[in-house]
Amino acid sequence: MGVAIHLQVNGKSCQDEVEPRLLLVHYLREHLGLTGTHVGCETSLCGACTVLVDGRAVKSCSMLAVQADGAEITTIEGLTSTPEANGGLHPVQEGFWEKHGLQCGYCTPGMILSAVELLRENPSPSDAQIRRALAGNLCRCTGYQHIIEAVEYAAKKLRARKR
Amino acid sequence: MATATKLIGKPIKRKEDPRLVQGIAHYVDDLTLPGMLHLGIVRSPYAHARVRSVDVSKALAAPGVVAVLTAEDVQGAIAPIPCAAQIPDMKPAPRPVLATNEVRFVGEGVAAVVAADRYALRDAMDLVEVDYEPLPAVVDLEKALRKDSPRVHDGLADNAAYHWALEGGDVKKAFKQADRVVKLRMLNQRLIPVAMEPRAVLAQYDRGDNRLTLWSSSQIPHILRTQIAAMLNFPEYGVYVIVPEVGGGFGSKLNVYPEEALACHLAIKLEKPVKWNEGRRENFLSTIHGRGESCDMELAVKRDGTILGMRARVLADLGAYYQLLTPLIPTLTGLMICGCYRIQNLSVEITGVLTNKMATDAYRGAGRPEATYFVERAMDAVAAELKIDPAELRRKNFPKPKDFPYATATGLIYDTANYQGALELALKKSGYKALRRQQAALRKKGRLLGIGLSSYVEICALGPSSAMPAGGWESATIRIEPTGRVRVLTGSSPHGQGEETSFSQIAADMLGVGLDDVIIVHGDTSAVPYGIGTFGSRTLAVGGTAIYRCCEKLRDKLLKIAGHLMQEDPAKLVLRAKQIVSKRDPKKSISFAETVGAAYTAKTLPPGVEPGLEATHFYEPSNFTFPFGTHVAVVEVDRETGEVKLVKYVAVDDCGNLINPLLVEGQVQGGIVQSIGQAMLEEAVYDDQGQLLTGELMDYAIPRAADVPKLETFHTVTPTPVNPMGVKGVGEAGTIGATPALVNAVVDALAPFGVRHLDMPLKRERVWKAIHQAPSESAGRPRRSK
Ligand code: FES
Ligand code: FES
Repeated sequence: MGVAIHLQVNGKSCQDEVEPRLLLVHYLREHLGLTGTHVGCETSLCGACTVLVDGRAVKSCSMLAVQADGAEITTIEGLTSTPEANGGLHPVQEGFWEKHGLQCGYCTPGMILSAVELLRENPSPSDAQIRRALAGNLCRCTGYQHIIEAVEYAAKKLRARKR
Repeated sequence: MATATKLIGKPIKRKEDPRLVQGIAHYVDDLTLPGMLHLGIVRSPYAHARVRSVDVSKALAAPGVVAVLTAEDVQGAIAPIPCAAQIPDMKPAPRPVLATNEVRFVGEGVAAVVAADRYALRDAMDLVEVDYEPLPAVVDLEKALRKDSPRVHDGLADNAAYHWALEGGDVKKAFKQADRVVKLRMLNQRLIPVAMEPRAVLAQYDRGDNRLTLWSSSQIPHILRTQIAAMLNFPEYGVYVIVPEVGGGFGSKLNVYPEEALACHLAIKLEKPVKWNEGRRENFLSTIHGRGESCDMELAVKRDGTILGMRARVLADLGAYYQLLTPLIPTLTGLMICGCYRIQNLSVEITGVLTNKMATDAYRGAGRPEATYFVERAMDAVAAELKIDPAELRRKNFPKPKDFPYATATGLIYDTANYQGALELALKKSGYKALRRQQAALRKKGRLLGIGLSSYVEICALGPSSAMPAGGWESATIRIEPTGRVRVLTGSSPHGQGEETSFSQIAADMLGVGLDDVIIVHGDTSAVPYGIGTFGSRTLAVGGTAIYRCCEKLRDKLLKIAGHLMQEDPAKLVLRAKQIVSKRDPKKSISFAETVGAAYTAKTLPPGVEPGLEATHFYEPSNFTFPFGTHVAVVEVDRETGEVKLVKYVAVDDCGNLINPLLVEGQVQGGIVQSIGQAMLEEAVYDDQGQLLTGELMDYAIPRAADVPKLETFHTVTPTPVNPMGVKGVGEAGTIGATPALVNAVVDALAPFGVRHLDMPLKRERVWKAIHQAPSESAGRPRRSK
């Protein structure tokens, strides 16, 4: 009853047989041991499980592992190996650290990946655009302001690099 | 302080962040042990029902299922959930870990299922057949207290869990002398904490060592250890509690829960590791709720605005059973009910009410947000009735800085404050006078601008042991290792507050080493001697002070050893930048490393000095601390839709000295946004059958990034004399100070309609109704401009 899947996760090729009902988030966490992707609701309402699937921010609790067959996935653990990271932290990760964009850190991986998607599409987002782009990611600790500042920091840094 | 301050007071980036931003930190659910089984709880869909039978046979036969337990199986093996709060004449309402013959709230556990994996577990849980006989549910507080109400617990005389009363001064006389009595009935609605990480538990048993290890997402590792040992009748020295990263708590993890005990029991019984993960819906149903208090308040006032006295009657919704502190929380409302005002004549009566709902307990602020809300709303009602500016009314009734320490009519001693200083700064920063002019101008055009103030005082740094149910001290053990690195073991276990950084700042400055020379160890009961935990804005003021005092002990020892090595009087030495230097002759010094080495090689120690460099300090605070501040909220209400737009928010907080302003900022902002949640969006709604209608994130809205404006935050600094660093605590300031400012602003906006009060949350519908059904609507309705 297993279904064969073949996908790229953080640049590594993964081949597996999985139950058809297995959620992508559980595949990542429990089969691949990538526990940086968190589960806050399992109902696509909190954004803690956000990963990039073919570059798009996706809530991995509302996607089946079999649906990710053939996809390229980036989780929080893979962000430091992206070209933007330049061998260190990704500028968004750095922004979160610099601007105190996290407290408990539970929402953070999802927030960061949503922000990465935003900045790839819109390198100079306004405060309101950032807030809207992160509307699907809940944070109960920070009150969001430092998260907005973190994304602004990253945007600035990424723009400066491109010049 | 003998050492030069280099790190304390600086906005240092957090040490904990690199692992968190890379997703390589570990929360409980990230841990996997060989052979690990998964536990699930079958929960009652009824608020109140007799359990006629539980048939587990089908579930037991399902693939992957290892065990199914019901109440019968754990009877006598697991004691009920402990309640540390004792109030005179309190009726008993202990929560069994699995419901025995009756369920008393939706979400109460009836059976525990253990299976090999999550998916098999979910399938099997559906196969447990429970036969319920529904009973009438007790939901509404007033109705619950009627004689003819059904009882939450059979055999109780009524549903009043307790009556708690406090009286100070001469209330009768105050009301007799009053020019006016202003009355207000208010509700501080039930809330759901919603930490982003749901609870999670992993238990492992080693029969050879008779060792039980419990990983739990908890705010109180040591208390949990003691309680688990007691509940399971297991020797405490064999229980190891480990709290790894915790994804937020806000009080909801300051507790002991059935799943913790059940996972331990099952791990022992099955000799396999057992993990339980809380689903979000379970989190809504069966992790503690907060608030849920209504208040009838009367203020006796003179025409000039002087408050002569207060009467407050509070009904507190306790839920069906007591969790760790359930009955205690409303009494904090009682103690803080007079806020930051000189109200020496007062009487407070609190009735704790049992209902068929999940227990309430400590949610960020815990009793104090309610008190602040009640008194601050009532102050605004007085201002409106007497037509006095709300700022002026507050000013008039504040005790003055010279009145501190100030004894309240509720028996507390407020340490120190300058309430007026914070108020004036908030008025200045918000441009209060200009705002009032703008408001008047906009009103003429039919636009509804509202300005709300809230001046608050909170009780923090919980607390002196004499006033706490189970100890209010905190411990620190510090070990300078032979290589000169410093290991700090603290009993305060943070869960997002960033104390690995702020505690490092303290230890590094005190011992003259660098930030990265210090490691903070917390949340591991086998490493840390004992601790009370993180709650009640106590971590820095109590846990941090324990570290400070402990560093003093070590510093003295280092100076003694160095003095011996240098042939210098230790009193004439200072410790700084990894050197011990003579005050008389700065050229005369010895390195920190050499001194530390001497302590361990122990060949040249002064007489009477023990080898090694370790100290422990149990710090007992002499009093609470009482941070304060004033918040100003500015809103505009859309008269057509009832939508409230938060235009401006200014917060002035005084939490004493700041150890790390960046972290303080984070606490303040996060707290205010949780308050915005309470004021505008959040409410745990139970229907009259006791069903939780807001049982998911879909139906219970917590603030999103787009719901909140940029907040402007400022500080006044009035150090507390209670502890040597002059710090007071700031974790709950936002949830205490902000809610009334927001509601006061909306009510102020609606003043032209004669609206006196609105209960939270101020959703559009409620605000729209208030506009369109207001008594003075026809008489005083302002015109809308074109
Ligand atoms: S866990 Fe996927 S959105 Fe919450
Ligand atoms: S940092 Fe805790 S939920 Fe966002």
